[in-house]
Amino acid sequence: MFKYYGKYVPYLFLLPAVLLLVVFFFIPFFQTIVLSFQDYSNDIYNASYVGLQNYIELFKNPIFYKVLLNTFIYLIVAVPILATIPLFLAVLLNQQIRGITLYKILIYLPVIVSIVVAAIAFKWLYADQGILNYVCQSLGFPSIGWLTDPKWAIYSVIIVTIWKGIGYYMMIYLAALMSVPKELYEACDIDGANFLTKHLNVTVPYIMPTIALVVTISSISAMKVFAEIYVMTKGGPLNSSKTIVYYIYERAFENLDLGYASAMAVVLLIIVMIFSLINILCFERNKYRL
Amino acid sequence: MKKILGKIGTHSILILVSILSIFPFLWLISTSLKGAGENIFAYPPVLIPQDFTLENYAGVWNRVNLLGYFINSMIVAAGTVILNLILSSLAAYPLARMEFRGKKITFFAILATIMIPFQAIMLPVYLITIKLHLIDTVNNTAGYIGLIMPFAVSAFGIFLMRQAFLGIPREMEEAAIVDGCNVFQIFWRVLLPMVKPSLAVLAIFTFIGSWGEFLWPSIVLTKESLYTLPVGVNNLQGMFSSNWRFIAAGSIISIIPIIIFFLAMQKYFISGENEGAVKG
Repeated sequence: MFKYYGKYVPYLFLLPAVLLLVVFFFIPFFQTIVLSFQDYSNDIYNASYVGLQNYIELFKNPIFYKVLLNTFIYLIVAVPILATIPLFLAVLLNQQIRGITLYKILIYLPVIVSIVVAAIAFKWLYADQGILNYVCQSLGFPSIGWLTDPKWAIYSVIIVTIWKGIGYYMMIYLAALMSVPKELYEACDIDGANFLTKHLNVTVPYIMPTIALVVTISSISAMKVFAEIYVMTKGGPLNSSKTIVYYIYERAFENLDLGYASAMAVVLLIIVMIFSLINILCFERNKYRL
Repeated sequence: MKKILGKIGTHSILILVSILSIFPFLWLISTSLKGAGENIFAYPPVLIPQDFTLENYAGVWNRVNLLGYFINSMIVAAGTVILNLILSSLAAYPLARMEFRGKKITFFAILATIMIPFQAIMLPVYLITIKLHLIDTVNNTAGYIGLIMPFAVSAFGIFLMRQAFLGIPREMEEAAIVDGCNVFQIFWRVLLPMVKPSLAVLAIFTFIGSWGEFLWPSIVLTKESLYTLPVGVNNLQGMFSSNWRFIAAGSIISIIPIIIFFLAMQKYFISGENEGAVKG
């Protein structure tokens, strides 16, 4: 096909989007790195270059290890659950049964509703004299300080993230299940395989790429969690539910410690970029037609 | 027989999960409808309000500018959606259909932004927004623009639209050229109408994302009159410290619009056909 457009037309079309991406992604990206080598703690208007000092302080700070550990706990608890339970539900929903649309709507509802309202709703369930503690007591357990006990707070927050994510990943799995050839299941039925062996031997291997996709995207979003923590615990008690993003927020916007927060942001950038790179190169190649 | 047992099992699990999915909301609704005469901490808990009242709704509606928060959320979400639709399709067209110098590098630069989490760069984004005077201390319009601009275009949207353009047969453009269309007419009159389904998907998911956004508005907003729903609802906790009846009523009011939107657009969310369209 001949060129029906002028030499500069492509750039004209790209300009507005690229301009915004430069201003709100690329410049901030490099500025984060620059800020991480500066110190603002003495004078917010006058930065001094301090080399690696922010990083050295960061790696000496026990709270930094605590928030890294908490972020890690978030990953190892939330990701396996978000990779499996939605798959199980998707398998159940991938049948000819009544009420399928209603089930999908109800299970997807938490995805749609603002995380702030979700966190408030759970805060109410978690209240000291709340309904969850009533359940605990009637089952013969002592009450739990869901959000006030350092042992439990992070898990209580993770539960909200999981609850809000299940419907989302279930829909991703459902789309993948539609592509599994029916003949494979028919072969299983002839062999008399039961529910579990059938799906472990046919479904799981067939949609392995989707499972891997869910693992990477749920990992990335677990590392970005903020609102749940902000609304429910503010990172407390005793930093027990503070993750790296929340700590960055706190240092940057409450303590105005720009350099220190940026050094932490660089650490977060490196971790998330590794996961994203894996995601793009391994699972989403088709989406970008690389 | 085995089949029937299987069906009963399937339904019981799905019913249980459905109840777990909506129970936190049901409990909030229940609390919001309980009058002052009823102990909301009663043991055992009571789901159906005994002292039924709508007073909490009236109370929170009169004390808090929920309608204002709703309008702010609408302005921000509408602005974000419109800009995303325009800017993403503009940028996607040359990436899908034209040859030009620097195409590869532009492509990979845009792809790279997918890997940068907003949470890691929010501090410089904030500093830049202040430098550009896009903040509510300047005036309300600047405040709205500041809420919108960092999310006005996304690599996700550009790639979604690029995919859509790639799916259109070349003959469409050729026919248009023969008919004497210039490049802008081809884009606006020929190509854009053909990618309407993708535009709809982009609009809906951008809307949901913008509507629920909490981190950015809670960083930039200083004036209560510009609060979006998530920020305003979070603020209820501070205003009514432990008045859970009011907090619950306010929260429930705040989710009504998005639930209506969801039910109206449900096929886009639960048909399972938009797997590639969901944001990570």
